[in-house]
Amino acid sequence: MSADHTGLVGALAPGFAHFLVAVAALLVTSIGLAVVGWRARPALAHVARTINRYVLLGVLSLIVLFPIYITVVNSLLPADKIAARPPTLFPTHLLAGGYSQAWTQGHVSSYLFNSFVVTFFIVAGQLVTSICAAYAFAFLDFPLKRTIFVVFLATMMVPFEVVFFTNLQTVVSMGHLPVIGHFLGLDTYGALVVPFLATGFGAFLVRQAFLSLPRDLRDAAELDGYGHLRFMWRVAVPLARPTIAALALFSFFDAWNQYLWPLVVTDHYRTVQVGLRQLSRVSLDQINVTFAGTVLAAVPLLILLLVFQKQLVRGLTAGAVKG
Amino acid sequence: MAGITFDHVTKRFGKVTAVRDLSLEIADQEFLVFLGPSGCGKSTALRMIAGLEDPTEGTISIGDEVVNEVEPRDRDVAMVFQTYALYPHMTVRRNIEFPLKSRKVPPDERARLVADAAQTLGLGDLLDRKPAQLSGGQRQRVALARAIVRRPQAFLMDEPLSNLDAKLRVQTRADLIELQDRLKTTVVYVTHDQVEAMTMGHRIAIIADGALQQVGPPQEVYERPANLFVAGFIGTPPMNIIQARVVRDGDALAVSLPGARVPLPRALGEAVGARGFDEIAVGVRPEHLLLAADGFVPATVTVVESLGHERNIACRLDDGTLIITRQDMDTPRPAVGESVRLTTEPQYLHVFDAHSGNRVDAT
Amino acid sequence: MTAVATPPRRRRRRFRRRTRDMLLGYALVLPSLLVFGTFIFYPFVKNFWLGLYRTPPFPNLPRSWVGLSQYRDVLTSQLFTNSFKVTVEFVALTVPVGITLGLLLAVLAHQRLRGITIFRTIFSSTVVTSVAVASLISLTLLNPQIGLLNYWLGRSGSLSPLDDPKWALVAVAGVTIWQNLGLSFIIMSAGLQAVPDELLEAARTDGAGTWSRFRNVTLPMLSPTLFFATIVGSILAFHSFGQIDLLTQGGPENHTNVLVYAIYRTVFQENNNGKAAVLAIALFAITMVLTLVQLRFLERRVSYER
Repeated sequence: MSADHTGLVGALAPGFAHFLVAVAALLVTSIGLAVVGWRARPALAHVARTINRYVLLGVLSLIVLFPIYITVVNSLLPADKIAARPPTLFPTHLLAGGYSQAWTQGHVSSYLFNSFVVTFFIVAGQLVTSICAAYAFAFLDFPLKRTIFVVFLATMMVPFEVVFFTNLQTVVSMGHLPVIGHFLGLDTYGALVVPFLATGFGAFLVRQAFLSLPRDLRDAAELDGYGHLRFMWRVAVPLARPTIAALALFSFFDAWNQYLWPLVVTDHYRTVQVGLRQLSRVSLDQINVTFAGTVLAAVPLLILLLVFQKQLVRGLTAGAVKG
Repeated sequence: MAGITFDHVTKRFGKVTAVRDLSLEIADQEFLVFLGPSGCGKSTALRMIAGLEDPTEGTISIGDEVVNEVEPRDRDVAMVFQTYALYPHMTVRRNIEFPLKSRKVPPDERARLVADAAQTLGLGDLLDRKPAQLSGGQRQRVALARAIVRRPQAFLMDEPLSNLDAKLRVQTRADLIELQDRLKTTVVYVTHDQVEAMTMGHRIAIIADGALQQVGPPQEVYERPANLFVAGFIGTPPMNIIQARVVRDGDALAVSLPGARVPLPRALGEAVGARGFDEIAVGVRPEHLLLAADGFVPATVTVVESLGHERNIACRLDDGTLIITRQDMDTPRPAVGESVRLTTEPQYLHVFDAHSGNRVDAT
Repeated sequence: MTAVATPPRRRRRRFRRRTRDMLLGYALVLPSLLVFGTFIFYPFVKNFWLGLYRTPPFPNLPRSWVGLSQYRDVLTSQLFTNSFKVTVEFVALTVPVGITLGLLLAVLAHQRLRGITIFRTIFSSTVVTSVAVASLISLTLLNPQIGLLNYWLGRSGSLSPLDDPKWALVAVAGVTIWQNLGLSFIIMSAGLQAVPDELLEAARTDGAGTWSRFRNVTLPMLSPTLFFATIVGSILAFHSFGQIDLLTQGGPENHTNVLVYAIYRTVFQENNNGKAAVLAIALFAITMVLTLVQLRFLERRVSYER
């Protein structure tokens, strides 16, 4: 423990201090404007309030975005510039080499590939098992149905972190089995995918959607000549599409962001999250590669957010908000 | 084309018996109405014809074949649901086409059949719309089109008009009758509305508590109800029914009503006497009750409702029982509070055993 | 009337409908149940069983049955008590702040301004950051050699927050808060949307000012969402691992040794499965308590709202 600097703040760095003063001034001015305007004519007050709001939003946005910004900047600077003080916030000379290095020598390309493969199969698997189970719960009757449903719900109460290392043991022993061992042993795609092929949450969500369909539809389809499976495929699933899409997005996020299990189970087929761990241990003169890799790792989710914003919100808030 | 037969069919759901020992033969090309209050088992009976429910006991036959073990899709019946059950994500065309696709009908024939059905029901312009864009009446027609498109042996209809507004209902009733006439298919129609039953059916099967009360042409059911339930269910305003004791009046039997003794017609009286009933229920329809000075039963007029073309008059008997009568507008209008005497012609007197509720007929 | 071209096939069923539906039902839930059984229930039960055996220091020696004494020993050990304390501190640091900030941003972004969607996208942008991405991003500020935070606060030369026992947990908490800001914002925004406009308008006509409206209408209507976010956030925070593994590895001096990381270390560095099993069960117990609290509240809330 350092003896002299036990406090957090020493003398602020000059650039930073200037920045803080500027922001404070801006905020005070805009608040002042609003207050003054409130006493003056209403039209002026309205304008002042609006400016005030934009300033506030702008400052907060800067704070939220800053880490991302500086990461992108750092990914494009040579290592010595990154470590230099005062730091370069608005670079003029950009160096894109970090990205190609990350992609090839940093193995980010294979990390991304692995992540896509694993995530794809997990999402596909979860959709299939959830839809099937949800259909059974919503449209079929069988003994112990309620008990089994409770079992599904119960799985949501066992976090993976609690069972990860016993699962590891299972995977290791599976790896010793003759045929399956090739697919399900340590350091295989199977080990990354199979434990997550089913989800109680997904079954619950899709069951809700199926239950909200009119009951007569099943009878009508039966008379029209459609058995359960064809009804599921041609009527139930299309009608539950928004919920299923939200589930798919939620599953994608969940699977893509997994960290503990891939770390523990793979060495060879690293996913991008675990790959970043490797990248973070580079020597200092390659730190721009680390940041480039980070940016690359975030891009797929960013694209997803921009394209599917509405469904994403729906999936993430399923259950959080009443009504 | 085929008739449908229920042979001692019972359906139980756990402890609840929805349909009790139903035996009924529906003739080919007949329009049969299952009529009854909510929860009486009529929809269950219909669903058993379709195969959506399996009988607990008994057999159901379509044509000459017992179909208990036959899949719904193979029974060659079509059903129109109360809620229409249209597939919301498909266009009208695809909705109508749906039953054909599963039966592997080749595309050009499918198109022809769909066009035919659409034309029959006047849906030509709407084929590319989705159900959400249609009105209630249009949706109902799509449901009908889907039912007729594969020319089934029988149509099953589960309260198809109940979601329509009154005016549309009248129009659609007429359309349905005409449709059945044209297609010459057996129709089994479920409803709780007796107006629909009376106007549409060739025969009405009245069901209460899962049991068949009576089956017959509308007029017969109206004029000769088989039991108290049917008597009180059919007819608006409902038949007036009074519980009364049988008394001897000389060598004939009479009914002791509040304030009067009404002699029973000879043959009817003999039948009652032969069975040894002492408590009976007597029923007379409102339109058959007359206000006459020489009538049997005294009553006091309480309400006079004029409906424009006819009048409903409510009276109270000496013991407080409410009686409704109906008159034409040319009959003199009674005043409220006026004392009158009620009478009827013997053939309009219905007698029922008070204990079993069954009708007593002159032998 | 002409029948449809293909004559109807009359197939006799082999089983009654109810039997067939039953078999199909079981078939449809079976795959999920297999996965659950193998990868959730079996390992869960195995945990309990593992906890009953003391793992020897060398892998060749057999395990010895010690029964519940291992449970007692581990749960009273310094390792557990420290981890538990650290984790609780971590949750206390991240969850309230995270929700408050999310709510603040949501309120600010809930107003009708031109271009508000840009701000909404910005505020939700951190939802694309995973634990690993957020942790590496935070290195721009927290890394001992190149981190900007120390420089700006005038501490160049002294310990980076990640190496400072006093501030390490706070730093990691800060990273976590930033990472979760997007999600928190999205959830709070959704909650705000669900507050019916009519209620606010009624309050305004009743003369309530902005703050009063917020306190008396918005906040109560938001409370289920707030509650949900708190409980779920706490559960998730209790399971934090990635940021610890990437930034501090449990140090310095175990000041960031959260429960999951402790389990990880016990398994991979100490090779002590028995101990790890007990820790895992402790983690589960905590999760259960939080979940039950949430379920109990949910029941009461639902009836209250009616």
